[in-house]
This record gives sequence, C-alpha cells and structure tokens, in this order.
Amino acid sequence: MEYFLELFFSGLTRGSIYALLALGYTMVYGIIALINFAHGEIYMIGAFTALIAASILALLGISGLSLLVLAGAIAVVYASSYGYTVEKIAYKPLRNAPRLSPLISAIGMSIFLQNYVLLAQTSDFVSFPQLIPDFEFMENYRSFMQPSDLVIISTTVVMMVLLTIFIKFTKIGKAMRATSQDKTMAMLSGVNVDRVISVTFITGSALAAVGGVLISSHVGQINFYIGFIAGLKAFTAAVLGGIGSIPGAVLGALILGCTESFAAGYISSDYEDVFAFGLLVLILIFRPSGLLGRKPSEKV
Amino acid sequence: MKKSVLAIIITALFALPVFGADTIRIGVAGPHSGDLASYGIPSANAVEIVVDDINAKGGINGRKIEIIKMDDVCKPEQATNVAQKLVSEKVVAVVGHICSGATRTALSTYRDAKIITISPSATKTDLTTSMAYPNFYRTIGSDQLQAELMADFAVNKLKLKTFAVIHDKGDYGKDVAEFARAYLEKHGGRVKLFEGITPGAVDYSAIIQRINREKVDVVIYGGYHPEGSKIVSGMRKKGMKTIFISDDGLKDDTFIKVAGRYAEGVYATGPTDTTKLKLAQEAIAKHKSRFGSDPGAFYLNAYSAIMALTNAISKAGSTDYDAVGKALKTQWVETPLGKISFDAKGDAKGIGFSVFVVKNGRYAQVK
Repeated sequence: MEYFLELFFSGLTRGSIYALLALGYTMVYGIIALINFAHGEIYMIGAFTALIAASILALLGISGLSLLVLAGAIAVVYASSYGYTVEKIAYKPLRNAPRLSPLISAIGMSIFLQNYVLLAQTSDFVSFPQLIPDFEFMENYRSFMQPSDLVIISTTVVMMVLLTIFIKFTKIGKAMRATSQDKTMAMLSGVNVDRVISVTFITGSALAAVGGVLISSHVGQINFYIGFIAGLKAFTAAVLGGIGSIPGAVLGALILGCTESFAAGYISSDYEDVFAFGLLVLILIFRPSGLLGRKPSEKV
Repeated sequence: MKKSVLAIIITALFALPVFGADTIRIGVAGPHSGDLASYGIPSANAVEIVVDDINAKGGINGRKIEIIKMDDVCKPEQATNVAQKLVSEKVVAVVGHICSGATRTALSTYRDAKIITISPSATKTDLTTSMAYPNFYRTIGSDQLQAELMADFAVNKLKLKTFAVIHDKGDYGKDVAEFARAYLEKHGGRVKLFEGITPGAVDYSAIIQRINREKVDVVIYGGYHPEGSKIVSGMRKKGMKTIFISDDGLKDDTFIKVAGRYAEGVYATGPTDTTKLKLAQEAIAKHKSRFGSDPGAFYLNAYSAIMALTNAISKAGSTDYDAVGKALKTQWVETPLGKISFDAKGDAKGIGFSVFVVKNGRYAQVK
C-alpha cells in the first residue's frame, strides 16, 4: 500500500508539471488553433531565470520560502515577456497564412530559443538550488511523499483555481472564451482579438515558468534541453485530454503522469514511455477528440 | 570580361587543395558542443597541443600536420556526416570519436576509406573484439574490463550481496550494465533489478522508489553523468544510503559540480590515475598554460592517442594505411598513460582501470 501511494504521489507530481505546461498548449490551441512548439522552451527559460534570480537574491541574504516565491515571481515575469515576444515575432505576422506556416515558425522558434540559451549560458548541466524548503511536519509522511511533492501538487491546484476564476469571471476571460468559440464573431462584437491572444500567451507562459521552477528545484539540475522532452510529454497530455479543453489538459496530464509512474514502478522503467504513448494511441482510437475534447462541428 | 572572372574563380577552386597537399591531415571528431562537450573539448585540445609541438619542431619527416576538427555532438546520425566529411577532406587518420555509439556508426565509413581511427574514450567492448574494424584502435580499456572491475570491487572488496543494475539504454551504458550483471551472477551477487531508464525524463522518482523497495545493497549504474547525478541526488534526498557505483561516464568533474554534496561517497571506475608520470604532468601543465584551465576527462587518453599515432607515422616513414597500422602494433611509445602499444584487436596494451570515490568534492583513487 505504501509503495502504491509512493508511486501515486510521484505520478501526481510529474502529472502536475505536465499539467502546468499542457495548459499553455491547450489554451493557445483553443484560441488560434496553433500548436506552440516553443512552449517547452519557455518552461526552460523560466527555470534558468529562476536559477539566476535565486543566486542574486541569495547574495542579498534572502532565503527560505521567500526566496522560492521571489525567484519564482521573477521567472514568471521574465518567461511571460518571452511568451509575449515569441507570439509577436513568430506568430502574429503569420496569422492569416496557411496553417502550416505558423507551425514551422513554432518549431523554428523552439530551436532558436534552445540554441540561444545554449550560447548565452552553457551546454553543461548546471545544479539548481533546492528552493523548495524542507518542512518539519512532513517527517511522518516522508516514506511516501517528499516536501517538494506536496509543494508542487498544491501549487498546481492553486494555479488551476486561479486560472478558472480568471477565465470564468473576468472580462478578459470572457473575451478569451468568446474568441475561442468564434474568432470572427468575437471581433465583430468588439473584442480586441490581438489583445486576447497576447493575454493567452502570457498566461500560458506564466504557468509554464511556475512548472519549470518547481521541477528544477525538485530534480536539482537543468540544462538548455529540458524543455524539449517535457514539452513533448505535456503536448501528449493535452491531446490525451482533448486539445483545446482546459479541464481536459489537467486530466490528461495527471493520467499520463500516473501511468508513467505505475508502469515504471510495477512493470519496468524500460516501458515507461511505451505505456504512456500506448495509452495515447488507445484513447485516440476510441475517442479521436481526446477524453474531454469536443467533436469539431461542421461549419455550414 | 565575365568569362575571365569565371576562369579565375575556377582556377582558384582547383588550386585550393594544392595548398594542403604536403601536409599530413589528421581529423579530430567528438562532441565540441551539446551536453557532452565536456568530454570532447579536452581531446581536441590535447591533439592541438601535441600537433603544435611537432609542427614547431618541423613536423614529421619534414611534413607539417594539419588538424581538421569536426563536431558530432555524440550523436550517431551526426557522426556519419562527420566521417564522410573527414574522408572527403582526405585525412590519413582520425582521433575520435568520443562516444561509443557515434564511434560505431562512423567506423565503417573510415574502414572503407582505409583511415586509421584512434578513440581516446569509446569503450564499447565489441568495437575491438568483433574484429569488424581492423582500422580501429583505442587508448582506453573496454567496457567489459570496466564492468568486471565494478562488479568485482562490489562483491570482493565491499562484500555486498544484492544488486540493482540500472542503465540508460544507450550503447555504452547498457554494455557496461550487461557485462556487470553477467559477472555478478557468476560470482555470487544477486541482481534483484535490471532496468533501463529514459535519458532526459522529467524525473526519476519511479526508478528510485523501485530501488528502495527492492532493498538492495548497491546500485550499479551504466551511463553518463546527467542521469546519474539525478538518480544519486534523488536517492539521497529520500534518505537512501544505498551505495552507488558507476562507470567512467560518471567519473567527470561535472558530475560532482552538479550533484554537489550528494556526490560524496559515490564510486566510479575510470582509467588508472597516471598523473604522477612525468609526461602526464607535462601534458597537464601545457594545457593549463595554453587554455588556462584544468584538462577534463580523457585528456591524457587523447594526448596518448595522438602521440602513438604521430610516432607510428614517423616510424613507418609514410602515411600508408598498412605501414602505420603495423607500426602502431609493433612500436612501443612513452605516453602520459605509460608505455603503450596496441594488440592485434586494436586495444591498447599497458592501460588499466581503477576504482575512484568522491571524497570532499574530488575523485580519489581507492587503494
């Protein structure tokens, strides 16, 4: 039982990170039907920013939980501005181009950002400080859960709640929902679509940066390439849950994280990816639009 | 007017190869960028230092040596391109490649073009034992030698009983893991877990929990330092004191830098420390004065490789493939690794492995 819980929580931890990233994919897809392949790199940039910010803040004598929050906040701001800029440079000029063009542009942006960080920083793995502090009260639960697991899972929950409030109850959230339903109609009824798209990119990037900071602190090391595989997995999670659907992305991410964890724990870690992608294939066969995705209705 | 310009350009193009005709071209291939660059760059530095020394003394038999550096990022698909490029550049020999996987894909290209290849670091056993590549030599021991040393150290020195053998599914890591498992099973160790992990995964908590559940005495890991350090730190953060033994993929200062205090007490095998030899100290001093830093892993192996190669060329009196090959196998040469020569398979004679342990942030040889 304890082993089961242990695997379950590490699955949830991994799933939470996927979820924070998958939301970015799914939101951008929901609004402009583009798969933003540069999203994983935003996560990586978030992690690098936090590393630099944390080293400077630590020199100024800040430590403990406030270091995590401050470094995280700086990472969020910085990564969001990157997300905003990427959209302005690589996607906005291609808004009315054929659908393949922005996709290629996204892949190009992803490679560009990787190499940019490679040149600006280093190609080596660098160690990432343990920003998530150890909690004393966790002693009794240490056998199946670590403090960082708890922080990652609960931060993700908080982020989800904030995002839901943002989309359900704010004016810009309403505009986002309208745009995702019908871009032309929203534009005609006075929604500033460009602004909505920018906000979507900023929100997605902020969530990705949070994910990047948390997982890097959990694992303890980063390099310029971490965004690629994490991005791929998060994209898979978004498709699994139904791309375009926000609850779907979260559900898909948690299912993917737990599947990987259980497959590695009970069968063999050789088969971790086999099971993760096998699950994706199965779901796409029986529910082509993903778990919570809507079937695209024919436009007449 | 236009025609004359064209004529000049064409003449210039044909004239280009003539400039390099009387130099001896030697290729250097390995990861000079990417996450394994810390393995490749020291080797390129070593070749540069030795070649510049030889050129300063007038070259070999009056011919200067020219180095052509190529970056394969340790990727097999890139290595093929690099090999073809080097063949078209008409190199007589190649020092490299660094990673076993990349070396293997590049080797057949070199073999078909009759180019001698000396790797300072490709340890995959069957590169020599399969006899498929008569052009291949190396200045490092094979994985088998290394894996058996790891296993022997655990069973006979540390008297450990139960094992988890983990690898990164790569050519090199899996090779080491399989030889270690075979040796352990023959010598009374119990392998309770034999598994591969996915390099680059978001985290490795599942495999760590698996190791914890099996309650093994020791983890033997075959692979490189990025994954190795993630697993070690994960285990230590969880409070696991399981002994960790790995190969020379982990015996790199980057591992200690990244894993920090969690690296303490980790064992890793690697080429025997020969830094007390006079030639080795000279080689290291040259690197320090020229590049302003300590040389990384495989520096001395690469240094020895280029020394053995240039020695063979000068003894053979030509750059002919057969003559140089014969010289490599018959002539002994003093190198920073000691006095070496090559056996019929291409493995260096006179080279050994030792076990190291991380102590106070440094690798120290276990006596």
